[in-house]
Amino acid sequence: MTAKILTVDDSASIRLTTRVTLSNAGYTVTEAVDGLDGLSKLQAGEYDLVITDLNMPNMDGLTMIRELRKLPAHTGVPVIFLTTESDGEIKAQAKAAGATGWLTKPFDPESLVKIARKVLGK
Amino acid sequence: MSNPDPISVFRTEAAELLEQIESGLLDLTRSLDDRDQIDAVFRGLHTLKGSGAMFGFEALAAFTHHCETAFDRVRKGDVPATHELVSAVLSAQDHMRALLETPNGDHDAMSASLLDNLHRAVNGAGSPAPAASLAATSAPAVETAVGMREWRIRFSLPANAMANGTNPLGLLDEMRDLGECRIIADTTDVPDLATLEPRDIHLAWDVSLKTEKPRSDIEDVFIFVMDDMALDITEITAEHPAALPVATAPAATMPKAVVVSEREAPAIQAANDSKQAKSAENVRVPAERLDEMMDRVGELVIAQSRLTQLAGAAADLGLRSVSEEIERLSGELRDTMMVLRMMPVASLFSRFRRLVHDLSRETGKEIELITEGESTEVDKTVIDRLADPLVHLVRNSIDHGLEKPEERIAAGKDPKGKVILSAHQTGGEVIITIKDDGRGINRDRVRAKAESSGLIQPGQTLSDPELLQLIFQPGFSTAQAVTNLSGRGVGMDVVKKTVEALRGAIDIVSKPGDGSEVSLRIPLTLAIIDGLLVRVGGGCYVIPLSAVEECLELSLEDDLRSRGRSFISLRDSLVPFLRLRELFRTGTQPDQHQKVVVISTGSERVGLVVDQIIGDHQTVIKSMSKLHHDVATFSGATILGDGSVALILDVTHLVAAGQHQEAQMRAAG
Repeated sequence: MTAKILTVDDSASIRLTTRVTLSNAGYTVTEAVDGLDGLSKLQAGEYDLVITDLNMPNMDGLTMIRELRKLPAHTGVPVIFLTTESDGEIKAQAKAAGATGWLTKPFDPESLVKIARKVLGK
Repeated sequence: MSNPDPISVFRTEAAELLEQIESGLLDLTRSLDDRDQIDAVFRGLHTLKGSGAMFGFEALAAFTHHCETAFDRVRKGDVPATHELVSAVLSAQDHMRALLETPNGDHDAMSASLLDNLHRAVNGAGSPAPAASLAATSAPAVETAVGMREWRIRFSLPANAMANGTNPLGLLDEMRDLGECRIIADTTDVPDLATLEPRDIHLAWDVSLKTEKPRSDIEDVFIFVMDDMALDITEITAEHPAALPVATAPAATMPKAVVVSEREAPAIQAANDSKQAKSAENVRVPAERLDEMMDRVGELVIAQSRLTQLAGAAADLGLRSVSEEIERLSGELRDTMMVLRMMPVASLFSRFRRLVHDLSRETGKEIELITEGESTEVDKTVIDRLADPLVHLVRNSIDHGLEKPEERIAAGKDPKGKVILSAHQTGGEVIITIKDDGRGINRDRVRAKAESSGLIQPGQTLSDPELLQLIFQPGFSTAQAVTNLSGRGVGMDVVKKTVEALRGAIDIVSKPGDGSEVSLRIPLTLAIIDGLLVRVGGGCYVIPLSAVEECLELSLEDDLRSRGRSFISLRDSLVPFLRLRELFRTGTQPDQHQKVVVISTGSERVGLVVDQIIGDHQTVIKSMSKLHHDVATFSGATILGDGSVALILDVTHLVAAGQHQEAQMRAAG
């Protein structure tokens, strides 16, 4: 069974890149357009990994991570956030909200796959 | 299925982001402290920068970064939102468009000057701009492998690490991948079963690792948890001899240490693969594919009407029921197809906010743009073709209609002029109105201009609507001087032609002193219409059903009696009519029971005398060849079920012709 990944980003091009890259690496990828959409998809299904942007309309990534950690089915799901900043403050905030790790934008497809492998295991 | 090109997806997305940014900025010009808009603009800039860098638009990303930083400071309250700042970012936003369109063009000078502006707007005048460049992500220093080394790694994770998605087994696996590895779990801190919280981590680990990989690779294993954990990585050398990992623990505690040997099953496994989350996702489809599909649907409708005709003639009941089923389905398919082509007029209206903002600055007039009914949906082609005429109408309203603030105050009006753009749907039509509360149309000037350009005879009596209609005549312009805004030759006649080409109509109402209102009535869709199929002589014609008001019988006696004066009396009003048989010179005798189809555009009505009304017909509009381009009576053609061609009558033209005939009759007494 292939691992299921949810990519949450308001940018269609980033979602596309993420989906194509991870599908090619053998994962099943679902897209969500913002935190609210992401959360409703998380409520409706199970995922092995969530990759999310932080700045999004309707519900930002931090709020989504906090809400996600309240869902019993999703405690323990790895959450990687995408950030354009290598700013420690944002990382600390996201970690406190319950994020597992981060990926700095712009990212190359290889590092995305590497991180997915890292948190999902082999 | 192949995936779309990410770069073209990015371009589309970036264009949308720029629109969103622009719209947010324009909102901010009205209320500078609107938090939502500040956030929206920041988010737009942020996404544009992030995605731009991903897809190779480095110049765009670097430039946008500075605007984003400025807005971030506004967002955090470090600097106030000022009109200078919003204007600076607005101009910067235009430049971003250029950077998006020609990423390889020479934009450096422009970028620098805009950033200079931006910097001044943020930090006040006088302070120099910082060297503008987006800090390149420095490549991590690469340590070279220096042969096999041995490391001792001791670490413990925060208690809640598993709840936050870190899988300790994963970390151990990664270390195993680095080389020969011996892992010992330290269970000293595991509490009694009674007090044990199973989701917390109580273990610590002690690892000895032999690897050729550099230290940074070991650190990378812990990259996500490094900040919150206890981690100690030491190289085992002669000075630090290979002490046993557990040497620190007293011998008595040894049994508590567990050697992790077998890889355990992953802690969390997703359970149900088939339970796909349902989602309402949008799909972007190139417009030409929709057009292609529309053509196919059109052909299907034609084929279906042939089938209906054949089935009607055949006695086979089974065939008839299938034919009815297909008729229903193709009707539904047609309706669905129509909906697919519909777009909210919001996309048309949104571009006017910038226009009005710019015009307001150029003309020194205070203008408030109000838009209503933005969710009204219209066929995409209509939206595309209406853009230019609407720009012209809005420019006209602002340039000719609205007065300067002083004049408005003198006239007892609000110094701020209003332009209202609204759209609403009635039946098969969408009505778009452009209304202003300016000075209205000066009749005397219209008349003087029309007389001087020979459109009317001096002193000719004209009704008020007729006078206003003169505005739509080619070559008419009341602008004294050609300004930057209107009066540039693309006159109202072009607007009228465009609207009529869409089978629409244009009306104008204006009260001196109170303003003007131009309304465009546009049919909802262009490709397939419901038509009324009629026969005149030996030929069939289609009248768009949306224009048909009613059908009456014209007996031979009535016809003869009315000869010379082509009017029928319709509920106390006289309606002029046209004999299509004569108009088309069919050379046939009229039927015993001719029919009058009363059609209307707006307030004007005219009757069309036909020989027979055949019935409803789903009409797939085919345009006429270039050869027939200037034929005025017909707006297109369609193919009937039996393969023959029927021409579609141009209602607007016929009504005008009928009214003209009436006017001539009146003049003749």
